[in-house]
Amino acid sequence: MTMDEHKPKGIDSGPAAPITEADLHAYVDRQLSNERAALVEQFLATHPEEQERVRDWRQQNAVLHGLLDPVIDEPLPMGLPLSPIAKAFPWRGLAAGVLVALLSGGSAWSLRGHLDADAARLAFANQAASTPITMASGNGELTGFAHRAAVAHVVYSPEVRRPVEVGADQEQALVTWLTKRMGTAVKPPSLASLGYELIGGRLLPGDKGPVAQFMYGAAGGQRLTLYVTREVPGQENTSFKFGNDGPVNVFYWVEDHFGYAISAGADRAELMKVSQEVYRQLKPG
Amino acid sequence: MRAQDEAEIVACIPSLRRYARGLVSDRDRADDLLQDTLERAWSRFSMWQKRGEVRAWMFGIMHNHFIDRLRAQRSRPEDSAGDDVLELPQRAQQADALEMRDLDRLLQRLPPEHREVLLLVAVEELSYQEVASALGVPIGTVMSRLSRARTRLREEMQGRAAPASRIQRVK
Repeated sequence: MTMDEHKPKGIDSGPAAPITEADLHAYVDRQLSNERAALVEQFLATHPEEQERVRDWRQQNAVLHGLLDPVIDEPLPMGLPLSPIAKAFPWRGLAAGVLVALLSGGSAWSLRGHLDADAARLAFANQAASTPITMASGNGELTGFAHRAAVAHVVYSPEVRRPVEVGADQEQALVTWLTKRMGTAVKPPSLASLGYELIGGRLLPGDKGPVAQFMYGAAGGQRLTLYVTREVPGQENTSFKFGNDGPVNVFYWVEDHFGYAISAGADRAELMKVSQEVYRQLKPG
Repeated sequence: MRAQDEAEIVACIPSLRRYARGLVSDRDRADDLLQDTLERAWSRFSMWQKRGEVRAWMFGIMHNHFIDRLRAQRSRPEDSAGDDVLELPQRAQQADALEMRDLDRLLQRLPPEHREVLLLVAVEELSYQEVASALGVPIGTVMSRLSRARTRLREEMQGRAAPASRIQRVK
């Protein structure tokens, strides 16, 4: 715990406002301009007691972070309202059956998705892989789960320290755990052939129940998430759709009442490749 | 814009949860606080105009709920046995779990208003101005609460504090 970083800088400005306690706090909390911070450092160099105080305050900040930061990594409690529509929904009871139509509804949920069937078809053609996937046509709006997938990607993929709840080193435990919590067999596909290693998975609250998020990382540090949800009503058609939420591109489709969404910063062609591979591996039977 | 605000609110959730845990320590109570905050936020979302201040807005909502709960608790004093170490949930599983529990106890013994300011500044890293607007107090009040919180915590961490019975309770 040294004060090494406090190197008084030579400042030959005119009379400045005297250093106050507020300056010391703001110095600790990095809320001062560089000029003012330099003055505070000059001041501290000749005031050992204040120096000690500042050091202790910094330490307080650090230990409080140490105490509370682990909360960030805890799985969110179930039933947390994650959208405006959700407010109409009796969260505490979590009564099943009330949840119909949550996904179908609401412009609030739909993103402006940009369907790009041509690019996707092209990607297919280039792949020359014969999967029975057809591209959706019609409107380009993302459905709810694709939006949530994009949001979840944004929330969790920047986490450097602990982006997942259960790491890939415990893949079997991850599979067992997710299968139990999701109520159906859930296994992360292997994307190593495409250069993405499984980092792990986490469970998130969805509208109707838990949702699984698998996180993959490429050698260059790019993150990719696969979001799997059971909460897709009705639609049985399998179609690939593409949309984006700011910098996050999403490929998503529905298969046997499961919704799948792959989110990444990568471009469409890349995502398409990944989507096909995921589709191939997850396809039942 | 709307979708982006939504995403920003959702992105606040992990830090709101961390803040709630610092405020009330008990995991379930903290999550209830988070739940109430989110419900309120979404119900007011459509009327909300101050774009770009999502964070301060969300922390402000949580502040209101926190204060409401404190008031309710104070009117039922049997529930407010806040200093009991045994009631604290286990949080850290590391070797320093005990140390963390002590720190948590010290934190919980700060007057709530001081705890709020300290957490918002030290952990959530809001600017003093953001803290002032979240709590609805002048910035001078933020600074004086911060100062008192840090002074008190420093004394206690240095073991120079008076025994608990002699610590002046700030209402």
